[in-house]
Amino acid sequence: MERDLALVALFAALIAALGLVPQIALASGVPITAQSLGVMLAGTVLGSKRGGLAVLLFVVLVALGLPLLSGGRGGLGLFVSPSAGFLIGFPLAAYAAGLVTERWRTASVGVAAAAGAALGGIVVLYIPGIAGMSLAAGFTVPEAAVLSVVYLPGDLIKAVLAGLLTASLAKARPASVLSRQP
Amino acid sequence: MISLASPVRTPFHAIPAGLKLGALCVFTIVVFSIDGAAVAAGLALLVLALYSIGGAGFVRTGLRRLLVLWPFIAVIAVWHAATGELPRGFTLCAKLAAAVGLANLVTMTTRLDDMVSVFCWLARPLRRLGLDDRSLGLAIALVIRFVPVLVAKGFEISEAWRSRSTRRPGWRIVAPLALAAVDDAEHVAEAIRARGGVEGRRGSR
Repeated sequence: MERDLALVALFAALIAALGLVPQIALASGVPITAQSLGVMLAGTVLGSKRGGLAVLLFVVLVALGLPLLSGGRGGLGLFVSPSAGFLIGFPLAAYAAGLVTERWRTASVGVAAAAGAALGGIVVLYIPGIAGMSLAAGFTVPEAAVLSVVYLPGDLIKAVLAGLLTASLAKARPASVLSRQP
Repeated sequence: MISLASPVRTPFHAIPAGLKLGALCVFTIVVFSIDGAAVAAGLALLVLALYSIGGAGFVRTGLRRLLVLWPFIAVIAVWHAATGELPRGFTLCAKLAAAVGLANLVTMTTRLDDMVSVFCWLARPLRRLGLDDRSLGLAIALVIRFVPVLVAKGFEISEAWRSRSTRRPGWRIVAPLALAAVDDAEHVAEAIRARGGVEGRRGSR
């Protein structure tokens, strides 16, 4: 119980830290931050339930007014902006990423985590993301889908990284990778 | 950890947080259900008028917070210019500015503890699903405490990287940072257990 709570809270803090340390930015100039990598990692490391809860906690704290999103953004305004769908979809993305990592036991940790991160961080995340863009900014769904293609290359890279990082965590701290406990 | 609440005192600070959030919900629904450039512009000006009660500095902070919208505004403008529907693009931008502006105003004039207590009140029905509000409070406190710790660790690790390499640290420092978070979590869990656990003095342990 205490361990679950601490891991959930620390992963929520890790997602924030990944967005706030500028040196981690995956490419200079373009706003590809490591924040959504943190969302994927929460799922692939903590598993579906705890990973989803960690990301939910992070999103709730952003809503309550803490500047935890990359670039120090936060507050309720983000939840009515065109990117609101992505924010609301984050916990679902982590849940899906965790589910794949937990269930696909025939694959190695890294491969299952990368596949889960791609499914959660792209397929599951883009559905509410595109819906939010078309609701808040008045685009039709196909238009919003075309516009969100710009995030695709970055998110594919992040899914691969999530797989590599989960595999190295599983090697260094096997007991803490809750998604792969027997 | 600095919250986004504004240090400038405004009359809005005195309004109960729950009431402000309720009013914000109603306003947001109205904004997204209306149509017409004039009405949308009127609502955006109304929000600007509310900001102006807090003074010039307060308005400036509010406008700066609205800047996060500019990529969307730009895309909407270009898109509607291309399809020849500029008035519709203007309406959408005004609606966005009004809705996001008022939501930011609530964030800027509500203290974090008040927000947390409204949230805990809203989460109370979830108690039946096993979400206990003590653990929720503890989890929120832990995140607020550990964000600066992990950010500082991130800077330290990237310093260590830069003392050895001329390349940008990038994603390579995510692994040690995640490791630090996992180790901290295990220590924190041990410390909570040593102090009687999450159940605390309620005595189940």
